[in-house]
Amino acid sequence: MRHSAAGLGLIFALLFTASAHAQNGGVKIGVINDQSSIYADLSGMGGVEAARMAIEDFGGKVLGKPIEMISADHQNKPDIASNIVSKWFDVENVDAVFDLPNSSAMLAVQEIARKAKKILVVSTGATSDFTGKACSPFGIHWTYDTYALAHGTGKVLVEQGGDTWFFITVDYAFGHALERDTANFVKAAGGKVLGALRHPFPNQDFSTYLLQAQASKAKIIGLANAGSDVINTIKQAAEFGITQRGQRLAGLLLFDSDIHSLGLRTAQGIVMTTGFYWDLNDETRAFSKRFFERRKAMPTMVQAGVYSSITHYLKAVQAAGTKESLPVMAKMREMPVDDFFAKNGQVREDGRMVHDMYLAQVKTPEESKYDWDYLKILKVIPGPEAFRPLAESECPLVAKR
Amino acid sequence: MFEIFGIPSQALFSLLLLGAINGAFYAMMSLGLALIFGILNIINFTHGAQYMMGAFAAWMLLNYAGFSYWSALVIAPVAVALTGLVLERLFLRHLYHLDHLYGFLLTFGVSLLIEGAFRQKYGVSGQPFQIPEQLTGGVNLGFMFLPHYRTWVIGASLTICLATWFVIERTPLGAYLRAANENPTLVRAFGINVPRIVTLTYMGGVALAAFAGVLAAPIFQVSSIMGANIIPIIFAVVVIGGLGSIMGSIITGFVLGLFEAFTRLVWPEASNVVIFVVMVAILLLRPQGLFGMR
Repeated sequence: MRHSAAGLGLIFALLFTASAHAQNGGVKIGVINDQSSIYADLSGMGGVEAARMAIEDFGGKVLGKPIEMISADHQNKPDIASNIVSKWFDVENVDAVFDLPNSSAMLAVQEIARKAKKILVVSTGATSDFTGKACSPFGIHWTYDTYALAHGTGKVLVEQGGDTWFFITVDYAFGHALERDTANFVKAAGGKVLGALRHPFPNQDFSTYLLQAQASKAKIIGLANAGSDVINTIKQAAEFGITQRGQRLAGLLLFDSDIHSLGLRTAQGIVMTTGFYWDLNDETRAFSKRFFERRKAMPTMVQAGVYSSITHYLKAVQAAGTKESLPVMAKMREMPVDDFFAKNGQVREDGRMVHDMYLAQVKTPEESKYDWDYLKILKVIPGPEAFRPLAESECPLVAKR
Repeated sequence: MFEIFGIPSQALFSLLLLGAINGAFYAMMSLGLALIFGILNIINFTHGAQYMMGAFAAWMLLNYAGFSYWSALVIAPVAVALTGLVLERLFLRHLYHLDHLYGFLLTFGVSLLIEGAFRQKYGVSGQPFQIPEQLTGGVNLGFMFLPHYRTWVIGASLTICLATWFVIERTPLGAYLRAANENPTLVRAFGINVPRIVTLTYMGGVALAAFAGVLAAPIFQVSSIMGANIIPIIFAVVVIGGLGSIMGSIITGFVLGLFEAFTRLVWPEASNVVIFVVMVAILLLRPQGLFGMR
């Protein structure tokens, strides 16, 4: 009995010192993403490495104390993501969470961060609802969203004459949001949506869906899926000769890692929207080559976004002189984002980080001159035009004007 | 165009064909599993990883060693079967007399190790694998465009499945196998090397998985997660067909492929659960499986 009482006392002492230590300690950053499933290449350990680089480049310290980082794999499961982040906030004293692919996980964690009053900066997750009806004073959306993708790719393809669409959509929050946002642009531009099919997540065989899309005779087959799902869809579309018969594929969300995996022979000619490309200018190349040294792959837009968002967060902590969420969030909104990733970016009141987006086309094998030379930029879409205007926002935090 | 059950005939025919193609993979995979379970009494959870290794072995042979697809189709299964030999000799043979759970846990652990190693090295997006020159293009059937490669997959898989069934059920070698399974001591008394037969059976089952992997490589990306994606379905197929029944797993594989394709047409969101719904129904109504004895 005495033993157990002493043991209990010891545990309390340990717990107390642990939390006391953390509360007085430096900033602690959590990076959560998919490290084992279909989004592991486009975010995953590459995102964790980008976070590590951001902390190193910042000098490893903020407010005179070392910056700590932990990371976790949510396996694309919203429940696992919620459990991990709750534990991070309650036990691990994490101050801010970054990256977070998978729109379902992203919306679930938004609510947890809102209650805990902790900062959440999403780079990989896509749904535009994050800064729309689900917006939070503690949530920031960094790299892109479904609205910007729809606006970039959807609008341009309709303008080029692709006025009838058929969607192949992954059946969860991300696919639904991307299909909805794209369909809105298609309809607004006078186009028609002929049909849509929802496939389970993840999925391997897309032939049945592709044949139905083909039978619809739509000019554009919109692919509202990502990672291995979109890779397999494009690959099988080539096998079934879909594009040779005059229909066009619109990869609404594609990453450099997907193109690398598909190869230019299969991916050539696809028009896509991206928030970043490694080969834009000297600054992006300098960062990307350092990243390449560590990961043996060029950074995707969301991995670059993780670096940029963590750097901005640390600058804001420095400027605010505290790691308290509200003052830091105020600083993050106030300070412009100026780095290799974004020029004069701005975090809006709904949490949207507004920066230039790029409309790009995948090069042909002949056009590609060196490794990872995949995209030619067709057009720079200025930030205010690329993202949903505040006037159309469903976010309760936005004062209607 | 006419309609059947309110579905345009065009859609129905094409989904039957596509279902048969997926069914071909299910049949080959579940056949290997049934074979291994029938003779070794091991639930081989490494089967998905071995399927993935088959695809990767083919990819490596093509990219690093300059082999053709056709030679890879032979070499890759043999190479993966050799890793099966090591696994069986080192670990599995110690587990035959124990509860199924031990074999299941061991093979599950091994598959996690293998898949983790491939993920570490090659990521998850997959490696591109082109359809062999001779099988590019396709034929217009009127109701759909059928790529030559898919025709080849059905043909190759049916041939392999039936050949396996023939060997097990209709040849002296198969008779030894079945006898060794029934009563190993007696078969040994006739001077037959039972442990060797068992090892060869395991290698055969593994080679079937690897062969399916090579066939799959040009259709799906060659990726570290391709095995993890297919293995739950394969287990459901085996449970539905009845563990240990050779013809049962072949037929069930093809039928469930069709069933899944049909769901893709009428209720696409449910296509990944429909096989498990069937599994639950079968377990409730006929626990030994459609073709199971006992």
